[in-house]
Amino acid sequence: MSRRLHQLIGAVVGLSALVLAGCAAPTEDSNDATTTAGGAVSATQATSAEDFGGMEELVAAAEAEGKLNIIALPPDWANYGEIIDAFQATYDIVIDSAQPDASSQEEINAADQLAGTDRAPDVFDLGQSVALANTDMFAPYKVETWDTIPDVFKDPDGVWVNDYGGFMSIGYDSAKVPAITALDDLLGEGFRGMVALNGDPTQAGAAFSGVMMASIARGGSADDIAPGVAFFKELNDAGNFLPVDPTPATIESGQTPVVIDWDYLNASLAKNLPTWTVVVPENATVAGYYFQAINTDAPHPAAARLWQEFLFSDEGQNLWLKGGARPVRADAMAEAGTIDQGLFDALPVVAGDPVIPTPDQTATAAAYLAENWAMVVG
Amino acid sequence: MSRRAALTPSLALLPFFGYLTVFLLVPTITVVVGAFQEGGSFSLTNIEALFSPVALRTLRNSIVLSASTAVIGAVFGSLLTYLVVSAPPTSVFRRVVMSVAGVLAQFGGVTLAFAFIATLGFSGVITELLRSTVGVDIFGRGWLFDLPGLVLVYTYFQIPLMVIVFLPALEGLRPQWREAALSMGATNRKYWTEIAIPILTPAFLGATLLLFANAFAAYATAAALISQGNPIVPLLIRAGLISEVLLGRENFAFALAFEMIVVVALVMAAYALLVKRTSRWLQ
Repeated sequence: MSRRLHQLIGAVVGLSALVLAGCAAPTEDSNDATTTAGGAVSATQATSAEDFGGMEELVAAAEAEGKLNIIALPPDWANYGEIIDAFQATYDIVIDSAQPDASSQEEINAADQLAGTDRAPDVFDLGQSVALANTDMFAPYKVETWDTIPDVFKDPDGVWVNDYGGFMSIGYDSAKVPAITALDDLLGEGFRGMVALNGDPTQAGAAFSGVMMASIARGGSADDIAPGVAFFKELNDAGNFLPVDPTPATIESGQTPVVIDWDYLNASLAKNLPTWTVVVPENATVAGYYFQAINTDAPHPAAARLWQEFLFSDEGQNLWLKGGARPVRADAMAEAGTIDQGLFDALPVVAGDPVIPTPDQTATAAAYLAENWAMVVG
Repeated sequence: MSRRAALTPSLALLPFFGYLTVFLLVPTITVVVGAFQEGGSFSLTNIEALFSPVALRTLRNSIVLSASTAVIGAVFGSLLTYLVVSAPPTSVFRRVVMSVAGVLAQFGGVTLAFAFIATLGFSGVITELLRSTVGVDIFGRGWLFDLPGLVLVYTYFQIPLMVIVFLPALEGLRPQWREAALSMGATNRKYWTEIAIPILTPAFLGATLLLFANAFAAYATAAALISQGNPIVPLLIRAGLISEVLLGRENFAFALAFEMIVVVALVMAAYALLVKRTSRWLQ
């Protein structure tokens, strides 16, 4: 009996050793595989292409991984569809695009829930509040074009970088409604049941900025979103507010003839609906930039870094521009002559100083919305 | 031997208990613990937040929606069931109603929401038809995308569900009872008020409660239909979990889920009391 027990214990110990070895082996292998030619830094620690020994080695390491997990990037948002295709055409890497319609917070939730698996998102594209609340999840990295990104649009250590942005705008179908020049036009008779906002401002960043834009048009400020809420209350009381989530489908089929949204999202609709017009209301320019970052637990660390290089290259930036967004390197590229001038000139005209709410202002305004938005739409 | 015989049935129940633990017990405990925490330590902040005007309003909406669709579903559903039971078991009418009810009771979520948007939405089939023929705009100010819309859409699956759950009770009503009552001089009306309805009451209340819980917990249909505001509790929970504007409200979402558990528990306790009273004379 005791001999049998010993044998059993021996077998269990041997087996667990095997299992442990089995667990450990791939990790070591993958570290070896992604350790750079320079030999000093592994892909998860690399903070620049230099750390890989140059762009060619970065490409080689990324292609060895062969996959990139992205999340919450709708193909019709800022031209992401074409960007994804272009990346896959340039490199031998397959992109797995998860939950394209998810929110920024859902990106972080997914990274938490899938941490340690090979399905976790490699890269994030986040709204300001979510990005700044989760910086400990980002791996610092500086792209090759780092120096041409204005300082206000990047973290000094490269933890996050603004990627593209735009202004809050009103898009409308000029075949269905009269021309719009100011926000208050929307309160008129001709807009009954027609004005939609891209999402719920207590949940979606774009809709939040829409209310902020209304506030500034009504004499409020980044510190005071109340006039914006009052505007939507009036809009709702006039019967003009349409509680439908606008999508390219609702816009093309005429269900949402007026949409308050980022100018690049509104602009991208014109190609299927020629009468779709985009205006940024005068004296109500609210700007917003999205935040690009790499997941510290990225299952494909080299591919994640190559994706950043691609997004901030002239090609990637021009692809965003093609989607109507303002790429963060636009000014430097215009100076260097590498920007697509035709597209750059076609962006909606903006007058007045743009307002970019700070994180504190955003938090205060969000708290106000949490208490008061339900009264607007209820 | 006898011990073994006693153990075997409980062994067979093990998978069931395992299932219960993973999908009911663990989530419930997670919700209750989460509801009383904030930032990793004990706190009543989120329970207090349940009494904020917005949260109370949302709870009221949820209860009004669930109760109204449960009552509408129960009344129309039981009338339809009565018609079904009156028809011969092999009749085409009965078979059609039963299979349609079986399908529609499970019809929910994105498909159902889309069906209503395509029919009654801004450019829905019926909206367009009425607009072009009689010049009436039934779309109005987008009522479909608010509480009234939810009442209509939920009723669509509540009535067939009532038919399915209430049918066995009505079928249990033996024709002989009625014949016996009538032959002893009772009027038809007396038969219903003094025999049929008291017998059916516990089943009717139970079915209504099921409809209430069904509507109270439904999420996907409402999520697909409503994008502006969070008029009902499940949508407010969604906001707490996914909002990119208001951060760090996961525990508030737990508190709301806890609140839903409490509401359902209260309704079930009330139901148990009611059944105890109404069925006393039956025993």
